[in-house]
Amino acid sequence: MADYAHAPRPLGGSLVTPVTLLLGVLAAIAGVILLYRFIYGLGAVTNLSDGYPWGIWIAYDVVVGSALACGGYSMALLVYIFNKGEYHPLVRPALLASLFGYTLAGASVIFDLGRWWNVWHIFWPGYAQVNSVMFEVAVCISIYILVMWIEFSPAFLEKFGMRNAQRKLGKVLFFFIALGVLLPSMHQSSLGSLLVIFGQQIHPLWRSGWLLPVLYLTTAILLGFAVVVFEATLSSIGFRRPLETKVLAPLSKIMYGLLVVYLVIRVLDLVFRGALGAAFTASWEAFWFWVEMACFVAPLALMSSARARNSAAKLFIAALLLMLGGFMLRINGFLVGYMTGEGWHYFPSLPELMVTIGLIAFEILAYIVIVKKFPVLPAVQPATR
Amino acid sequence: MDRRTFFKSSLAGGAALAVGAASCPAQARGTNTLPPEALGLLFDSTLCVGCKACVAACKEVNGMPVENFTKDAYWDTPLDLSGKTLNVIKVYRDGDMAAKDREENGFAFIKKSCMHCVDPSCVSACPVSAMRKDAKTGIVTYDKDACIGCRYCVAACPFGVPRFTYDSATPQISKCQLCVHRHKDGKYAACAEVCPTGATLYGTVADIRKEIARRRALKPGEQTSFPRGKLGGKDQSYPGVAAKYIDHVYGETEFGGTQMMMLSGVSFQKLGYSNLPPNSDAASSETLQHTLYGGLIAPIVVLGALTFIAKRNVKPDNEEGGNHG
Amino acid sequence: MEDMSEIRIEEATRAAATVASRLGINRREFLQFCAATATTLGLPAGAEAAIAEAVEKAKRPSVIWLHFQECTGCTESLLRAEHPTLDKLILDVISLDYHETLMAAAGHQAEAARKAAMAANKGKYILVVEGAIPVAQNGIYCKVGGQTAVDMLKECAADAAAVIAIGSCSSWGGMPSTDPNPTGSSSAADILGKTVVTIPGCPPNPYNFLATAVHFLTFGKLPEVDELGRPKFAYGRIIHEHCERRAHFDAGRFAHEFGDEGHRMGYCLYKLGCKGPETHANCSTIGFGDIGEASWPVACGHPCIGCTEKGVGFIKPIHATAQLKGMSPPASYPGVVEQQGKTSFASAAALAAIAGAAAGAAAMLAKNLGKQDEAQAQQKGE
Repeated sequence: MADYAHAPRPLGGSLVTPVTLLLGVLAAIAGVILLYRFIYGLGAVTNLSDGYPWGIWIAYDVVVGSALACGGYSMALLVYIFNKGEYHPLVRPALLASLFGYTLAGASVIFDLGRWWNVWHIFWPGYAQVNSVMFEVAVCISIYILVMWIEFSPAFLEKFGMRNAQRKLGKVLFFFIALGVLLPSMHQSSLGSLLVIFGQQIHPLWRSGWLLPVLYLTTAILLGFAVVVFEATLSSIGFRRPLETKVLAPLSKIMYGLLVVYLVIRVLDLVFRGALGAAFTASWEAFWFWVEMACFVAPLALMSSARARNSAAKLFIAALLLMLGGFMLRINGFLVGYMTGEGWHYFPSLPELMVTIGLIAFEILAYIVIVKKFPVLPAVQPATR
Repeated sequence: MDRRTFFKSSLAGGAALAVGAASCPAQARGTNTLPPEALGLLFDSTLCVGCKACVAACKEVNGMPVENFTKDAYWDTPLDLSGKTLNVIKVYRDGDMAAKDREENGFAFIKKSCMHCVDPSCVSACPVSAMRKDAKTGIVTYDKDACIGCRYCVAACPFGVPRFTYDSATPQISKCQLCVHRHKDGKYAACAEVCPTGATLYGTVADIRKEIARRRALKPGEQTSFPRGKLGGKDQSYPGVAAKYIDHVYGETEFGGTQMMMLSGVSFQKLGYSNLPPNSDAASSETLQHTLYGGLIAPIVVLGALTFIAKRNVKPDNEEGGNHG
Repeated sequence: MEDMSEIRIEEATRAAATVASRLGINRREFLQFCAATATTLGLPAGAEAAIAEAVEKAKRPSVIWLHFQECTGCTESLLRAEHPTLDKLILDVISLDYHETLMAAAGHQAEAARKAAMAANKGKYILVVEGAIPVAQNGIYCKVGGQTAVDMLKECAADAAAVIAIGSCSSWGGMPSTDPNPTGSSSAADILGKTVVTIPGCPPNPYNFLATAVHFLTFGKLPEVDELGRPKFAYGRIIHEHCERRAHFDAGRFAHEFGDEGHRMGYCLYKLGCKGPETHANCSTIGFGDIGEASWPVACGHPCIGCTEKGVGFIKPIHATAQLKGMSPPASYPGVVEQQGKTSFASAAALAAIAGAAAGAAAMLAKNLGKQDEAQAQQKGE
């Protein structure tokens, strides 16, 4: 850890750059489309239909988005529960990305809700319906967003010099950290459980029943680590900082182990359910299944040796593929493998896609602003060579 | 942190999870059973003449708008159930369509509307109790004032019944509620009331089952009489000839049963009704949820363990400059 | 082609002039009759010329018209065919040598006329049969001039060029044959043991009969018939298919009782027992009695009783629900599987472009990272 002191520092620098401008424009476009959506309804901007009542705003923005925002969760699990202190410098930036990922996933649920003004019903006794997986996911994600803001608040308190509050919070932070590990475990698994009630409407390749929560949770943690690798690498390049390969290489060993566990469960499930045959049919489902599996299997090869794990390039590609794999698993489960009956078609409309892109742009923009103004990334020591 | 502490904490965490999982009572929920005074519909495809009186009447009594999908756009021609259509008659077509109720080179009519499942997925899926199943009549109702418009019910229903009005800024779910709003006037489901041939019949599920048994006992071609309107209501029966039914009553076992049941001369898969297991998806989903979260026991136990571990591992922020291990 | 039709029109006009002078009707009215007959027969444009020519040139065929168990409704309806001076025309187009209602002769004189006509036109005359033929107790329930209906029919049919059964009674037994059928009423076909051309209906539409007769006159043969002997041009389709109230059926709008709102609104009469869906006839397209569209039962607000259909008319209760026959659902009805939902090519292209750009950027990045890896490795090596 020679290059770093653990204490994070704001990066500083101008907020107006070509990159932030582009991101701003994309976010603004999404804003205009959303305004239109709230005035004229979902049908006016999306390609949603009764055969595909959930489009990319749920499948990507919420389900994939929150899984990609699991960096904070995965790192907290590693650092605070498995007590791997050496990864601590990665926690705060990961947490920040998670914070935005989740907050925007939560917000995009509002965009997708037809009767959004009733959203408080979920939390209201008398309306709340505890048998619903959706209820569990909604409540859990909402609390987690709150918990993450609390977890992240030391960065703000530090910035505004509220030392006293920071100290007080520091004493109870462990509880929020514990909560911040429990809650994602619950709702990331439940995002998989959402599919259980779809029964036969899910293609056999993704109809894993009670293993769905296990598969979704494992990949969420895996995705969390992959995102940490991805973000750390991008930050290093984007903000011209040294690479963090020395921290990331051992992390990839953990990812490797987890990936093996996931693949074993996934394949055994397919075999025991007799669903593997469906993968060898000439169908779109089979095609996307193999894309998904390739994205999970290839990183296994990329991260197999210690030498490979020390290569920033291989690690980066492995992380990217894992993210893509997690993305495919969820898109396959919620869209490709979802069939409510024959004859239904869905592909997101351009405005629908632009909203998703705008959200991602907004997320990155906010991340850039925060790391420049608040102490998130670990300070870089002057080179000692 | 050395290897030993790592393993210790890992073990502690694993043990906590195991305790959590084991301590929660497995609240397995079986598939629900039929309410005592369940009401429903009987649709006999062999009697349906495709006049669509039920479609028109349904629109009228529920105040639903027309839908034009054909080029001529002369009148209401819904393609399927939708936010504007709660009931639709579809056609199975094969080859030259020479005979009715024949699978090859034939055609058959089929009704699509809410099946009023004994154990409905939509009710289990709805996070805000907007979908409810009446404890007495078993009618599955929708309350738009409770609804948040998440469309989980639309996605969950295996029959594709709840539909959504996507083109509205204040959208809502549309589904058949068995004309529950007309019951107070002593009226019943409009589709059954107007059906000229009694292809759609309204009645208690008990009566419907009796009528099904009676029809299935008839020999094809045998003279008989078919009731119209409401079973056990005013006698509107007319003489007819028994049809040749396939050996399958749809809704008898599917998903633990449905309160709308169907008879046909053509296999139900051809008519767009898939083979469903006798256990409901709602039961699987709820059993899973209750096993994990029943009484919040498992989450609290796990949280306790996690808190214990985190307290040991987390140092207040201002001391963080130092090492953790 | 132009010349052809020119010639045809000329021919038709000339023929019309001849007939017009013969009949004392004007040319225009005669041509209208020919055109109307051609339309009823479903013949292509230009056929009216052939008809006009045939009517002009042909020697009037002798027609012998027998009455058995009937009400004379068929004859009455024929007399009320109101195309211009048709009564005259019919007497001119055909030579009606024996018709108990219309002929002036009576008693032995009449029977003698029949026998004379039969002998004179042996093998050339048209036999029209109106009314069912009783067979119970050797046919004693209907006798004309001391001869039973059975014997008379057999005698007349023996040398006829063609036999046309007019009305439901002679076509398939009709009302007299209704259960328990004490007289053993039978159709002409049953007695003769062969298929005859039938013009069922109670009464039948006169134009269906006229068109059949004119077809024989024009083409020298009877029109194409179905398995029950009904000319296909008139009985090829189900009333329901072209019913003016069909739109109401398709939209589910029914009269439930006589005089209720639906009935007053002119809705479909299916629920009142209309047999239109199981009855073959062209009532719904040509109306009845030359007074326009409101002149057939369904138009008047009464359900069709299926009088042209054996097994339906006089057999099924008037208010019994019809069995839909020979119907295929309209194309506008939705199939079990319909293509629904929306896709967007633009966004697919956009997504592909973004994915491509992202893949490219990732590859570039990985390449640069690879270089850094190598540099690091070299550094370590040193």
